[in-house]
Amino acid sequence: MSTPTLTRPKAQQVERPTTTHRSTGWKKLGWVLFFLLPSAIPLFVFTLVPMVSSLWVSLHKWNLISPMQWVGLDNYTNLLTDPMTRRVFLHTLIYVAGYLPLVYAGGLGLALVLNQRLKGRAFLRATYFLPVVTSWVVVALVWKWLLNPANGLVNQVLGFFGVPGPGWWTDPHWALPAVILSSAWKDLGFVMVILLAGLQAIPSDVREAALVDGANAWQRFWRITLPLLSPSTFFVVVISLINGFQVFDQVYVMTGGGPSGSSQVVVGQIYDLTFRYGRAGEASALSWILFAVILVITAFQIRGQRRWVHYA
Amino acid sequence: MRRLWLYAAVLAGAAIMLFPFLWTVITSITPEGSLADGPTLIVHNPTLDAYRALMDAVPIWRILVNSLLIAIASTLFQLVTGSMAAYGFARLHFPLKNVIFGCYLATLMVPLQVLVVPLFIEMKTLNLQDTYFALLAPTIASAFGVFLLRQAVTAVPAELDEAATIDGAGHLRIFTTIVLPLIRPALATVAVFAFMGSWNSFLWPLVVIRSPEFMTLPLGLSTVQGQFTTQWDVVMAGSVVSIVPIAVVYLLAQRHIIAGVAHTGIK
Repeated sequence: MSTPTLTRPKAQQVERPTTTHRSTGWKKLGWVLFFLLPSAIPLFVFTLVPMVSSLWVSLHKWNLISPMQWVGLDNYTNLLTDPMTRRVFLHTLIYVAGYLPLVYAGGLGLALVLNQRLKGRAFLRATYFLPVVTSWVVVALVWKWLLNPANGLVNQVLGFFGVPGPGWWTDPHWALPAVILSSAWKDLGFVMVILLAGLQAIPSDVREAALVDGANAWQRFWRITLPLLSPSTFFVVVISLINGFQVFDQVYVMTGGGPSGSSQVVVGQIYDLTFRYGRAGEASALSWILFAVILVITAFQIRGQRRWVHYA
Repeated sequence: MRRLWLYAAVLAGAAIMLFPFLWTVITSITPEGSLADGPTLIVHNPTLDAYRALMDAVPIWRILVNSLLIAIASTLFQLVTGSMAAYGFARLHFPLKNVIFGCYLATLMVPLQVLVVPLFIEMKTLNLQDTYFALLAPTIASAFGVFLLRQAVTAVPAELDEAATIDGAGHLRIFTTIVLPLIRPALATVAVFAFMGSWNSFLWPLVVIRSPEFMTLPLGLSTVQGQFTTQWDVVMAGSVVSIVPIAVVYLLAQRHIIAGVAHTGIK
């Protein structure tokens, strides 16, 4: 076959859909609607509409039953001066500050170990990951039982070594640490998998070059591995902070925000304001404040990443 | 010597990760009376009493099936709606495309907590509280899925589409026979996240579901705990019932699940 016969029909056919305007207009719109509406309608109805109405509700006083009462920005100003708001944000912050270093250090340790040539590596990786697929409610219940002050396993073991175990979720000082511990246990495998993928993406010649130059293991870790792992670290930090500020399930199940509000977090407060105290307006306002906080923190991280994240 | 330490550390880690699961099973078959005396590793007279008590308290099988059905339906919906939107955004040209895509991304940033109150009100007004539809509705489409799949479709060479167009294939044929098979890894990732998200979801069912017939496992389990505050054997029996199905799915699809998570992490 000669080339002209091959190219000519191609040119004609390819151009048709883009150049003929008569037939395309409506037909094209039809295709756009066909492909987009299945996702656009549910996203509109179940995300965009609630989003806008949430803003609307946040400007009202409302107990979900009697008619709404316009209060303007009062909900926001009240919340920002309410010591309770500061308290729930502080608890959430403590949660994040405890959880993130724990889960990162643990996950990095596991990833470094599993990055070695080990027998049964796939099995170990799968084992460490198992809690990730388990639901938060189950994890919280299992740990609530393990950390039961009276006859839970952890305190029994501590008692065996002569250490009096704390009251965990029944003690205002230990309720948050109990939540942090179980959350870190659940997410360790997730962080490990992300960091392991990052480690495996580090080109081996970089490490070999350092080896040739006589860098010891410690130097290689701090000067090569950690900097080259920074994109994965960045991802873990961003995701953990976003999820951390939205912590709810495990707190609700383990402590219910107690004892006496000592472990109440922001989302728990949103839930209680709406469904316990009938203050839906304030709850909506609080949810927007939380969103703003998450947004600002994430934006700061994305701006700040230039300083410490090295893309190879 | 160094390797020995390495293996010791790794195995200790595995024990810490696995033991709580083992402990859950052990507790669930220990007679309630012996639990008060403190934990034992060997159960002297194992019993299924806790499972019986669980079945009397909540329709646990129904709740289990609910969880599975909702998770499967939500996954299928997200795959269909997500891949179609991905094709639309990657391959069709229309005005305001970037603005519309921006709207999709905006919904991605808004957490469920912001939506929960108005969404609950919406369901209440529509009289859809306490229905399967209410459970499913917020997960029919996910902007995260659209985003991930659009990346995958964009990576499919456009020449393939053009060649198919010459052969007279329309958008639907190109979508189903060329694009979909080529974005299978991304579809698997989205499926994993959709399934796990639905299976584990707690806040939304807690808000919108009241009757036990429509509960999913996390919610059912949390009510069980409310009823049997000190009967840990029953609570752990419920936990076992919730862990086993997801553990089976996990063991079967372990490679894909871990690869899927790692894949989104790199991107």
